[in-house]
Amino acid sequence: MTGRQNVAVLAAWIGMTVVGVRVVEAQSNRADGLAAWKQVYSVLTHPRCVNCHTATAYPQQGEDRHVHSFNVVRGRAGFGVPAFTCATCHQQVNADTTGVPGAPGWHLAPLSMQWQDLSDRILPSSAVCKAVTDRSKNHNLDGAGLLKHHEEEPLVRWAFTPGRRADGTSRSVPPLSHTAFVDATRTWVNAGMPCQAP
Amino acid sequence: MATYTLTINGRPTEVTADPGTPLLWVLREGLKMTGTKYGCGIAACGACTVHVGGVPTRSCVLPVSVVGSRPIVTIEAIGTDRVGRAVQDAWVSTDVVQCGYCQSGQIMTAVALLRIVSKPTDSQIEQSMGGNICRCGTYVRIRAAIKKAAQRLG
Repeated sequence: MTGRQNVAVLAAWIGMTVVGVRVVEAQSNRADGLAAWKQVYSVLTHPRCVNCHTATAYPQQGEDRHVHSFNVVRGRAGFGVPAFTCATCHQQVNADTTGVPGAPGWHLAPLSMQWQDLSDRILPSSAVCKAVTDRSKNHNLDGAGLLKHHEEEPLVRWAFTPGRRADGTSRSVPPLSHTAFVDATRTWVNAGMPCQAP
Repeated sequence: MATYTLTINGRPTEVTADPGTPLLWVLREGLKMTGTKYGCGIAACGACTVHVGGVPTRSCVLPVSVVGSRPIVTIEAIGTDRVGRAVQDAWVSTDVVQCGYCQSGQIMTAVALLRIVSKPTDSQIEQSMGGNICRCGTYVRIRAAIKKAAQRLG
């Protein structure tokens, strides 16, 4: 081989190596992202979250996600109906002496963000991921917006400090701490928000 | 125990209570304002409804420490308001009440509804009043009285 040919072969080898490294990096990044999503999904599908991410015309409540008592209905914007809104009972903070949970802006998530089907079964990971990343359904949030939502939204934060029931027992919390949940969301967002195939 | 200055029916009122005490007990036991009723104690029946910051609120589950500066209006003063007067008049002329125990809560919710929806449909009335329970079953007359008040208010 001539010197020129040697250089060409070397350049091609380097190029392939770089591409190969990038492919491996992308695969590893996607794998990390999917692992992080699995953690995020474990939180999103906890009763503290799903009870207000329903597919129904009413909220749910409790660890068994039963129909919300007292004839409470969703209403047009998820805040209940005139004169009978969420704020009829839910205040800005948990009322532990009376057992009513509370946080600023208590309301249901929109139906586009339902994480259960009409038979009350939790949607699979791929379906929740698809909905969460669909900007036509998620209030037009990009990755940074989703991260901010998980980090700062008072109702999301409430899920990790849900207070006590009237009998003094504590409501269960999601499987991750809020910090770990935000970290997992960040990893997933940085990996390009991958979703598992259905 | 702590001391709070609540604005009740337009008057600043000082009360001393444990922070977790429900507003209902501050009204009924502390201030002897017994127009607001104790029904279930778990926000299930609506008999204890008062307006807090203009929002119909179940006073049996509202700790007094959470009220803050929001004005409270109870059944004792609702008749001084135009909508409140119209609702109470309609209640009387329709003869809504049977035992009457739930009616102060019913009226407080009805007033709030008519302030937001001037001509509510049957369905709107049923949904908005759905959290106020009446063991005597006066629902049909309640609905008629709300419509009568709405008509009178124009």
